Amino acid sequence: MKRLTRYLTQYKKEIVLAPGLKLAEALMDLLSPLVVAAIINKGIGGGNRGFVVLCFVCLMAFGILGMAFSFAAQWFAAKASVGFAAKLRQALMEHIQTLSYTEIDSVGTDTLITRMTSDVNQVQNGLNLALRLLLRSPFIVFGAVIMAFTIDVKSALIFAMALPVLSAVVFGIMYRSIPLHAKSQKALDRLLGKTRENLGGARVIRAFCREEDEIREFDEANEAVNKLNLFVGRLSAFMNPATYLIINVATMLLIHVGAIRVNAGHISQGDLVALYNYMAQIVIELIKLASLIISINKALACARRVSAVLDTETSMRYPERSAPFVETDSAVCFRDVSFSYKDSGDNAVEHISFETRKGETIGIIGGTGSGKSTVANLIPRFYDATEGSVTVNGVDVKDYAEGELNSLIGVVPQSALLFKGSIRENLLWGKSDAPDEALWEALETAQAKEIVLGKPDELDFTIEQGGKNLSGGQRQRLTIARALVKKPEILILDDSASALDFATDLRLRRAIASLGDMTVFIVSQRASGVKHADRILVLDDGKLAGQGTHGELMASCEVYRQIYYSQFPEEKEAVGGEA
Amino acid sequence: MKRNKNGASMAALRKLLRVIGRYKLLLVFSVLLSAATVILQLCVPILFGDAIDKVVSRGNVDFEAAGALLLRIGILVALASLGSWAMNLINNRLSLMTVRDIRKSAIRKIQVLPLSFIDSHPSGDVIQRVIADTDQLSEGLLLGFNQLFGGVVMIVVTLVFMFSKDVWISLMVVALTPLSFLVAKFISSRSFSMFQKQTASRGRQTAFVNEIVGGEKVVKAFGREKTTCARFAEMNAELEGYSRRAVFFSSLTNPSTRFVNNIIYALVAMVGALRIISDPLALTVGGLTVLLSYANQYMKPFNDISSVITEMQNALACADRVFELMEAKEETPDAPKELSGVKGNVEIEDVSFSYDKSKSLIEHFSFSAPQGTMAAIVGPTGCGKTTLINLLMRFYDADAGCIRVDGNRTQDVTRHSLRRAYGMVLQETWIMDGTVRDNIAFGKRDATDEEIIRAAKDAHSWEFIRRLPKRLDTVLSESSLSQGQKQLLCITRVMLLRPPMLILDEATSSIDTRTELLIQEAFKKLMQGKTSFIVAHRLSTIRSADRIIVMRDGKIVEQGSHEKLMARNGFYAELYNAQFASTAQ
Repeated sequence: MKRLTRYLTQYKKEIVLAPGLKLAEALMDLLSPLVVAAIINKGIGGGNRGFVVLCFVCLMAFGILGMAFSFAAQWFAAKASVGFAAKLRQALMEHIQTLSYTEIDSVGTDTLITRMTSDVNQVQNGLNLALRLLLRSPFIVFGAVIMAFTIDVKSALIFAMALPVLSAVVFGIMYRSIPLHAKSQKALDRLLGKTRENLGGARVIRAFCREEDEIREFDEANEAVNKLNLFVGRLSAFMNPATYLIINVATMLLIHVGAIRVNAGHISQGDLVALYNYMAQIVIELIKLASLIISINKALACARRVSAVLDTETSMRYPERSAPFVETDSAVCFRDVSFSYKDSGDNAVEHISFETRKGETIGIIGGTGSGKSTVANLIPRFYDATEGSVTVNGVDVKDYAEGELNSLIGVVPQSALLFKGSIRENLLWGKSDAPDEALWEALETAQAKEIVLGKPDELDFTIEQGGKNLSGGQRQRLTIARALVKKPEILILDDSASALDFATDLRLRRAIASLGDMTVFIVSQRASGVKHADRILVLDDGKLAGQGTHGELMASCEVYRQIYYSQFPEEKEAVGGEA
Repeated sequence: MKRNKNGASMAALRKLLRVIGRYKLLLVFSVLLSAATVILQLCVPILFGDAIDKVVSRGNVDFEAAGALLLRIGILVALASLGSWAMNLINNRLSLMTVRDIRKSAIRKIQVLPLSFIDSHPSGDVIQRVIADTDQLSEGLLLGFNQLFGGVVMIVVTLVFMFSKDVWISLMVVALTPLSFLVAKFISSRSFSMFQKQTASRGRQTAFVNEIVGGEKVVKAFGREKTTCARFAEMNAELEGYSRRAVFFSSLTNPSTRFVNNIIYALVAMVGALRIISDPLALTVGGLTVLLSYANQYMKPFNDISSVITEMQNALACADRVFELMEAKEETPDAPKELSGVKGNVEIEDVSFSYDKSKSLIEHFSFSAPQGTMAAIVGPTGCGKTTLINLLMRFYDADAGCIRVDGNRTQDVTRHSLRRAYGMVLQETWIMDGTVRDNIAFGKRDATDEEIIRAAKDAHSWEFIRRLPKRLDTVLSESSLSQGQKQLLCITRVMLLRPPMLILDEATSSIDTRTELLIQEAFKKLMQGKTSFIVAHRLSTIRSADRIIVMRDGKIVEQGSHEKLMARNGFYAELYNAQFASTAQ
């Protein structure tokens, strides 16, 4: 929470002024019953018309002042809460940019998005409410009680008695019902899940003729929500009648005691009217306070969640300056590298060692979960190896300054993600000052030239969010072009041709192979995709099962043979099925 | 399709009344109680005022009369409390039961909606109709109606009471009332445009956040952190500006109407006091107290009503959405005939079909798969292979022509009996929340553990299931299994049933080789002697097929055996050859 208050300190003035002005406004509200009492006692009692008019002017002045105070308070509250929320969002965005893949994995992008949007909004609303009202309601309640005491101590004792009883009822009901609300929300989530299941699984449900069972299960969840809500409803149905009863019983007592006091001459009729008015103010404020506390509680929960994101420290450290350049032929070298993802006990890859020369094409093949992508992700230091070392151009990846390593490596991730904006803007992600010729060159290599030529505005064609207006294959080719624009020394294609048909895939590989001096890593499930690489790394269950050329591996590596023959059964038959 | 707005609202209200059907009595009670409670609650201040009138000054207190009044107050208060308690309980029941009933019929509706509806409506939208909209509907309309009624009663009764105390002061209050509306309207029209700007700006920002944080790994891979933060700062500053003004302007409504209220209050106090001074018989101090307390609360029902009306308008929009779902066209009713003892002779006769009736897709397609045929459907991704599955399973009905199973036209038999004859494994595996057992026994709820385990062993899923912490009792969710494991599980579902015909969809990628081998094994076992339609990506599968259907852009372009198609040297041959070509050539 401390992290959050830091962003509040810039609004010190507003934070003091908003509630302060609100109190001033409340004071006006508290004073008016006194003026009315004066009208009754002095004005009516003494038949003094001039005094009555004076009191009216007074009331009007209170009204105008109250409104002015309130306007000012709202302005400061809006300024502080909206400003705070904006600062918080910016801080969150900047903080998220510092997180490494490890933290992004463990927090989850959906969570991060919710924190940045709806949670921050809730915090803004909560702060705004708190600044305006959190002090006001208790102030009026206690103010009314104190005012009552200044009028008449004996009568005011009734206030002192009614207040705890009222609070006990209001907060008691809240205390019981808030956790139940959470429970009913959970039940509702289940119902929602069931609905989603019935829509998403409509084909399977119908194929297996399970409609009746689904209806029954939905009904059960539906009944559960209903039952819980009915229960919560019964509880809160009690709130209004109970407070109404208590406050009116107290008022009856007040009139009764007041009558005795007036009869004895301790107070006047006007005083009794004033006391009566204060009583009415108290109920209104108490009920406001109860709903305020619920909203503020929600906002606090959101604030804690936001704070937790800011508390997440990045696990990746960079040196100030990169280590000196080394004259070497080695492009990427793994020395006994093991890596395990955070929060998972098992190593994703274990004891991986290999070295590649500059300009080589390296294929990485293996099943899902065999660690192919993990190896690919360790090269640009998206994750830090748990053991062993990874060097790029002879320098340990940990010795590159922030951003340095990135500039050497072009990555085409598995999910072909493009961003809203023109094709040009997307390609410029690779190199922000690349001229159009360089973009076209990259597009041609990526077999994406005809995609762009086919669009109405070519490079200026606007890609919608998530690349929705492109097909999967088109997106993949554009992400490849984006990486190529960078003209990287090392290009990593992480299973990036899966949506391409074999013919396009082939042309793509040929084009990339013709680029010459680039070191290329091709991660693939298809044996045809890596078959002609200079060296193939075969991964199996996180371990390097073999490395070498296609020919070498066919002779020596059982895992590779299995993969290969499963995709090219004809050749297995040709060899006579010996494997 | 644009309907008259008022007409639509009335229609929605009528439908709602039909839905609440048996709770109508509750609604009547609720409305009556609401009126009674409001009247009782309004009487109380009058009696208090009368009681205060009995307490004039020292020695001038009529204890007896005041006591009697207090007793009456006590009774009224007790009744009002009871009344509002009962009303709350009834409202609660009314709205919750209505929601429950609507949801109950919604889920039944979903089961009979044509797949085309489900495919063309984003599931989030339908979920919102079933969950959030129903809530809004019941709260907004039923309770809104109640509040509206209560508010009107309150205004009328307040006016009656006020006029009974003093006509002139009451007239003054009534005359000043519009002032408050004018102020509120003035402010809301000012803040409305700011709100629109805020909403638009917030929408842009949220989209940006979704995109950037969702693609954070790419942002980092391309070192775009700084650029991103700078872009965000611009959007943030814009939003802050609009938001600050929107929040400020909208928060002016309350103080402004309160100010108007204060003016009325002050005027009532002054005029009342002056009238008592000039004519003590016309108005009493107690009467003035009553007038003051009414003047204070007189505005409240007006404000309430205006917010209730906005709420009700929202609710009506929700009701429209809910009823739109409930009235969506259902599947054509089933023919009564049950398909039984299926052998698996499938005959596709001159079938034409398209999703969008203005664009032709499949035209005059005929195909015959006698019992035991293995038919492979091939083509590039997104070529519409699932269309055939849709037609075979009768998820969609053919526009023309027909499909026969053992000579029966599929339209002439029940959907259930037709679908039971097929086993279907889709590439997009669907695992429901529940245990492994629930998932496998999906089509056969009464399967014994032995049967399940045997099916799992046959489908090669037992190898991973037995390694799960609680084996068959392990609770699964979408993310707890790998893609390959999910597909094995889906195969096991079908393995348990052993239906005479099969529809299988091979996974394209992202399954590891070993699992892939297991899946192929399982498929083979499943297909023995069965008529099967397999969407194939693997050459081995394609080559061993009896017949091949080649699709492209949703249309069927070639069909025949592998040899025949290769000899034709058409699209199929092109596809086939590409898989064998290599980089070096």
